[in-house]
Amino acid sequence: MFGINQNCEIALPDTYYTLEEYQSNVPRWCPGCGDNSILTSVQRLCRDEQLAPEKTVFVSGIGCSSRFPHYMGTDGFHGLHGRALPIAEGIKIRRPDLDVFVNMGDGDCCSIGTAHWIHAVRYNMNMVAMLHNNEIYGLTKLQVSPTSPQGLVTNTTPTGSPLKPIKPLSVTLGISNVSFVAQVGEWMPEMMYDIIKAAYHHRGFSFIHIVQRCPHFTPHMFDHLMQPESILMLQHEDGLNSSETMLKTFKNHENHDPSNLNRARELAEKEDLLPVGILYRNENVEVYDDAKRRKRFVTSEMRKNVLENAFNKILIEPVSGGNGHA
Amino acid sequence: MDKVEALAKVSPLAAGEKKKVLLKEHIIEIVSDAGEGAQKAGQAFGAISAKSGNGIWTVEIIPAEIQPPPRSKVGGSGNRIRIGSFYITNAGDEADLVVAFNEQSLLGRFESDNMKPNAIVLLEDKWRDHADPEIKKMYREGLDELSKTKLRIYEVPMEKECLKIVQNPQRGKNMWALGMLCSIYSRDLEAARNEIRLTFAKKGEKVIAPNIQLLESGYAWAEENLDFKFEIPSAGIKDRQIVLNGNTALALGVVASGMDVCAMYPITPATSASHYLSEIFEHVGGVVHQAEDEIAAAAFAVGASYAGKCAVTITSGPGLSLKTEVLGLASMAEIPLVVVNVQRGGPSTGLPTKVEQGDLLMSLFHTHGDAPKIVMAPATIEDCFYAPITARKIAETFRMPVYILSDANLATGQQPFMKPEFKEEWVAPPFDQSPVPEDMAPYDWDEETGLSSRIIPGQPGGMHTLTGLAHSRESKVAYDPWINQFAMEKRSKKLAAFQKTLQTPKVHGDKKGDLLIIGWGSTLGVIEEAVDAACEKGYSVSSLHLKYLQPMASGIKEILQQFKQVMTVEINYSDSYKDKFFDENNRRYSNLALLLRARYLIDVDCWSNVFGQPIKPHSIIDMIEERLK
Ligand SMILES: Cc1ncc(C[n+]2csc(CCOP(=O)(O)OP(=O)(O)O)c2C)c(N)n1
Ligand code: SF4
Ligand SMILES: [Mg+2]
Repeated sequence: MFGINQNCEIALPDTYYTLEEYQSNVPRWCPGCGDNSILTSVQRLCRDEQLAPEKTVFVSGIGCSSRFPHYMGTDGFHGLHGRALPIAEGIKIRRPDLDVFVNMGDGDCCSIGTAHWIHAVRYNMNMVAMLHNNEIYGLTKLQVSPTSPQGLVTNTTPTGSPLKPIKPLSVTLGISNVSFVAQVGEWMPEMMYDIIKAAYHHRGFSFIHIVQRCPHFTPHMFDHLMQPESILMLQHEDGLNSSETMLKTFKNHENHDPSNLNRARELAEKEDLLPVGILYRNENVEVYDDAKRRKRFVTSEMRKNVLENAFNKILIEPVSGGNGHA
Repeated sequence: MDKVEALAKVSPLAAGEKKKVLLKEHIIEIVSDAGEGAQKAGQAFGAISAKSGNGIWTVEIIPAEIQPPPRSKVGGSGNRIRIGSFYITNAGDEADLVVAFNEQSLLGRFESDNMKPNAIVLLEDKWRDHADPEIKKMYREGLDELSKTKLRIYEVPMEKECLKIVQNPQRGKNMWALGMLCSIYSRDLEAARNEIRLTFAKKGEKVIAPNIQLLESGYAWAEENLDFKFEIPSAGIKDRQIVLNGNTALALGVVASGMDVCAMYPITPATSASHYLSEIFEHVGGVVHQAEDEIAAAAFAVGASYAGKCAVTITSGPGLSLKTEVLGLASMAEIPLVVVNVQRGGPSTGLPTKVEQGDLLMSLFHTHGDAPKIVMAPATIEDCFYAPITARKIAETFRMPVYILSDANLATGQQPFMKPEFKEEWVAPPFDQSPVPEDMAPYDWDEETGLSSRIIPGQPGGMHTLTGLAHSRESKVAYDPWINQFAMEKRSKKLAAFQKTLQTPKVHGDKKGDLLIIGWGSTLGVIEEAVDAACEKGYSVSSLHLKYLQPMASGIKEILQQFKQVMTVEINYSDSYKDKFFDENNRRYSNLALLLRARYLIDVDCWSNVFGQPIKPHSIIDMIEERLK
């Protein structure tokens, strides 16, 4: 991995990128905000994979979590609320040589950008999408989100959210062409790192649902998940293989084959335990950017010929008469 | 019930009975139920006429629905073809000759004032003795009604004649009718056969042969049975030309511009441009992405532009409404983008297939905040071809969205123009991937022009995060209010800098006078034709056509000041000056008029309508006469 990037160009040792090179502005998230730990894992991954910063793009929407690209030393595109995915798709179709990552909040992905989310799964373009799900709207100061638990009191639901939440995992696993779905809590950095890495190496659209704490607005929202007993570790020789110490800490394990879509869907519906690991992976799904792969080298001669061919079908030869008109 | 007034007789002619009348121009319409192929016949007749040296303008007659009820007044689908012995710039006035496959389509055209009072009508007669008494009755009553007018109606046994050749005359009658038209207008039969070969080239000889037979049959029938024949002398063509509609021209222009990503969502009347592009784009490494909606299409195009060469998104009004927020982002983050809006009747779903120029002000102002963008409007089919090439260049040089406002009139209108010769300079050079100099920032705004060079992903040392938030030269979020003021100024200066490159448009006619008519977009031809006619009648009137609406060239105010009255003619809504309910305080002006009034502080009046039809030359002439008499 080190020294050789995706395009098999040999990188010389003097282009070794340090962790600092993936860091940029000082994050302005609240102390203890889960976004900080996601950022750290991602920066580590970039360093370990030696991603050329100028060839790596982080695309985001609008929200606390979407500030992400500003804190990366790579390229970034801090877009519009809900629209990170189609922007990322445009980048990828144009530049297959770039590594594209997407960071979205739950409002971004599961509310205003829902259509794009569904279709991004279906397009299955080569990129990693991270859903930072704090189950509320952070940036706009505590409103209900489609992923908020029923009964949650927020500024727009003073008597508690009346509806049951959308389950991002179930939705994603229900879309045709789904090819990679994983889940983790940001307080489990080791697992998170392994998952983002597996997502990065997956060919297609890798969707990672990251449960993210918002200590500022909902400090106790995920307290129940802080007990190791509430986590279900998904382990498999084709999935994650966690360290002994991790497996000792998190005692609930399931040997889950990521190619088993039905079991993945059952796991996604689990209410008692939070399954952590790779729920589903299928490398054999059509990848839109491959299907739409452009001819890379187009000469002016080729362009001219295409136009000439088109013109010849609708050509009018000179005719005498009148004064002639141009 | 059986009492149908005597119509023009159709019976075999004796030799020499036919006189050939020489014409300067004629307007022909051919209408059928959707799916009966009148459009194809009309297009072919237009092409044959163009190739024999006539000036032409063809425009589609489109029902709003794919399958409107058969035999209905609103369901008529077809083509209008204006041909002349001179260069033709618009769809003209009312039709001189109409071929109708049923009487209801005919009535639809007649009642919507699209036919001359004494027009010739060639009407399918199979309904006269139709098995369904209801249909029979409708036909006879319809004809009864029409026979009270001055129309010259010929009942033609189209179906009967076609049945001699094919089993299903529904598919084929159009080519029979084409043959009839070729005889009437003294077209070369071999040229018509060639056009059929071209039209059905993809389908092969099995389809070509019977269609040629049908053509010949229609031709022979007309030769034998119709007592009139016309000839419209060739206008002559000096150079090789191509004949195509505005949407095809736009698509070819996109190919010629070197852009290679087009993101779109289907919408009438823009879609056919993307259809055509989809067919040929991949041969030049292009991708047409049909996104999940227009917001996604715009965002996809913005992403593609950001990562390399400028991309294009093609849409119509409702789609442009949805793209609004993304276009504001493109303006704010200075991402080049070409936005094609083939306008249709609005607001809301409006008149999906009909022409309107209602999106000018929207294009200038639809985004929240101050978001500079460039707006241009092609006026001819030829302009449609060159617009994407120019727009791409401007978008990349000035780092902002460039809107091309076409409309339904140009989209389906066909007009020949000189065959373009491809030039290398049309295409953007490959994007720069060289390292970025230490001191270069993502927004190195030039003090005077606001211009800066783009840094693209892949350029070592150029890493930065692009944002729609107010940002500094370094693309850092601006917390200092001074930075926002400064950056807004720089983005605005780009428009001013671009404005300085524009040439003052030329006045059509005298530079001084009683009345100046100002137009934009597809109305160029009709306005100039009307102005010329009014001048011949002795009125002192000129016209001015604007291709750049934002910004506008210098010198326009000086032109306006030379005229006693100044007004715009547009296809969009304005409150009528004749209605006394409106006064200076509440009257709403048409798009361009409002813009000109605001910019030049000149009392620019307007005359506009939203019938959803191309404006007819004589309606402008009438209006001029009314104003100047
Ligand atoms: C079109 C639009 N509507 C509304 C907003 C306001 N807005 C900004 S972020 C946000 C929601 C943020 O919640 P989420 O996506 O969950 O991100 P978080 O802040 O929780 O990370 C909203 C509603 C906006 N920026 N744009
Ligand atoms: S409000 Fe919540 S989500 Fe936003 S930065 Fe603070 S802790 Fe994080
Ligand atoms: Mg959130």
